[in-house]
Amino acid sequence: MISCKNISKKYKKVQALSDISFEVKPGEIFGLIGPDGAGKTTLFRILTTLILADEGVASVDGLDVVNDYKLIRERVGYMPGRFSLYQDLSVEENLNFFATVFNTTVEENYELVRDIYQQIEPFKTRKAGKLSGGMKQKLALSCALIHKPTVLFLDEPTTGVDPVSRKEFWGMLKNLQQQGITILVSTPYMDEASLCDRIALIQKGRLLTIDSPGKIADGFKKTLLSVSAENMSLLLTDLRTIPEVENCYAFGDSHHITLKNRTSRYEQEHSDSKGKKDNEIEFIINDLKVTLEAKNHLNIIIKEIKPGIEDCFMELSKNNL
Amino acid sequence: MRYFTAWRVMHPEKPIEMKQFISFVRKEFHHIFRDRTTMAILLILPVLMLLLFGYAINTEVKNSKIAVYDPSNDTYTRAIIEKMQASEYFSVVKMLKNEQEMSEQFKSGEVKMVIAFSENFHENLLHSGDAQIALIADATDPNSAKSVVNYATAIIAGYQMESQQLQQIPFQIDTQIKLLYNPQMKGAYNFVPGVMGMILMLICAMMTSISIAREKEMGTMEVLLVSPVKPAMLIIAKAIPYFFISLINLTTILLISVFILGVPVAGSLLWLLVLSLVYIFVNLSLGLVISSVVNNQQTALLISGMVLMLPVIMLSGMMFPVENMPVFFQWISQLIPAKWYIIGVKKIMIKGLGFSAIMPQLAVLSGMAVLLIAISIKKFKYRLE
Repeated sequence: MISCKNISKKYKKVQALSDISFEVKPGEIFGLIGPDGAGKTTLFRILTTLILADEGVASVDGLDVVNDYKLIRERVGYMPGRFSLYQDLSVEENLNFFATVFNTTVEENYELVRDIYQQIEPFKTRKAGKLSGGMKQKLALSCALIHKPTVLFLDEPTTGVDPVSRKEFWGMLKNLQQQGITILVSTPYMDEASLCDRIALIQKGRLLTIDSPGKIADGFKKTLLSVSAENMSLLLTDLRTIPEVENCYAFGDSHHITLKNRTSRYEQEHSDSKGKKDNEIEFIINDLKVTLEAKNHLNIIIKEIKPGIEDCFMELSKNNL
Repeated sequence: MRYFTAWRVMHPEKPIEMKQFISFVRKEFHHIFRDRTTMAILLILPVLMLLLFGYAINTEVKNSKIAVYDPSNDTYTRAIIEKMQASEYFSVVKMLKNEQEMSEQFKSGEVKMVIAFSENFHENLLHSGDAQIALIADATDPNSAKSVVNYATAIIAGYQMESQQLQQIPFQIDTQIKLLYNPQMKGAYNFVPGVMGMILMLICAMMTSISIAREKEMGTMEVLLVSPVKPAMLIIAKAIPYFFISLINLTTILLISVFILGVPVAGSLLWLLVLSLVYIFVNLSLGLVISSVVNNQQTALLISGMVLMLPVIMLSGMMFPVENMPVFFQWISQLIPAKWYIIGVKKIMIKGLGFSAIMPQLAVLSGMAVLLIAISIKKFKYRLE
């Protein structure tokens, strides 16, 4: 449905995208996950025919983004990163306007937007500029959907939206998927990755990996520990000075660490007994606890955790520096 | 009707486009009407400007303070001084005793002009014909200095004529001054066309460019580009509301100038409207060209404010006569639409001339309109960069 081959784009000095290739299958929710400045918006603009790539070819719905741009513009829905509707027009006026822009009427495709639009319909006479973040985003989605697009491009639709609305929003996307719409969505929130069918991790204009969220998490082969203590910032500095610690990142209420050569020391000390893996991890945890206690940390909690997409991203992005 | 039906069959997409277009225009009107402040400024600005030029910025010279140095003090000089005093242009505030006082007067800035008579004025006039009057004016403001001197010369000449008839002095030159089209030398005759040129340009060029720049700034242009909308339609829809507003402004300006400032429309109102319409088109397309270059409202405002306004004020002949400028600036002034419009308006409104007189202006303005519209459509960006 969407295909990119070796797309590169350079702005004056910054290489915004380098050698991007991926495919989005029909009916898929494909997530483009990466931090700010990774090149997500640039990629979206190339695919929505708004800018031209320096190298590479891309197509949407079988149409070339350069030559068939007019046809693409008729059939895709695009919701830019920031709120791009008329703030001085009411909810209703915005929807009606965009319906006529796409040569259709609200009535014609009401079925498609009904679930979303019904939530903002009580405020239909309110100016779009006076809506809350969540409502703005619902209106923008309604406007992007009003002409029943085959492909929907959503550039960071949940940025600046409260957690409840974000959850609702992903529910809406699932519904749209069931109606056969292919969705390309970008987000800086790693926790939203698991809601996509497949994701591409992007950083500094390069794709790190493309797969389903589950498989990407499975690809994380190292043991991952979460560590917390009373003084979290000091803990982070101290963890980074421990030679055995390979990587250490702050993750909200705990720090996630991976260890280097974790088996070797264990095997040296337990060379006679063939301990199970659980024992090995227990040993590591205890070892670490002792080290941290020696550095006067209190209430130390260390446990093994399953890697999330963000852990994978951190691990993969190391190689992309 | 039959042709229309046939046309609709041939162009089945047209009714949809028409609907799109109307919806676009309606949206633009919403933008304007809902922004009350801007709306008010757009409608009140012409009124304010006209009244400001009409009453506050007055280039006419009235009751200028003058001093007189009259060493001869005879009947003839006294009569001239009386004439001066009696006119509405001058009031004699001081009689000077010697020539030194003259420079003091100018330094203190109390008088605009000093009239100095030569000694034994009357006697010399009768016998040798060598009587002299010096008009010494403070030319720090050259325009008013020029008018003051002109008025004084006219008064003196007038008196000369009178006395010639009375005393039959044989060697006088008879000067007759007749001010055509504007016998009372009203400033309004000059600035009403100027303000028309300025206001129409301001509203059309500035507002159109700002309103397109706003779409870019707010990100709505991005959404519109990723849609089947044709650029030409988007552009024309933008210009239409400002076209109507400038028509309203044109009406207000004409009403004020006729009924309040007393500047009549001497020629044909129809041709004045035609000329104005062409000028409005030029400026609308100028606004569109500007908007294709800029990406935010502030730059649009600066460009249309500085780059358009300044030349219009300076080089259009509204304030300063183009003929007196260096050749280089005269050439530049040819490129300014307002210059042609102002000349045309003066011809129709003040001189009362007809179509044949404004043909060159109409032709130049039409050419500019066609060129600018072509540029703006060609320069419209189908993509973001």
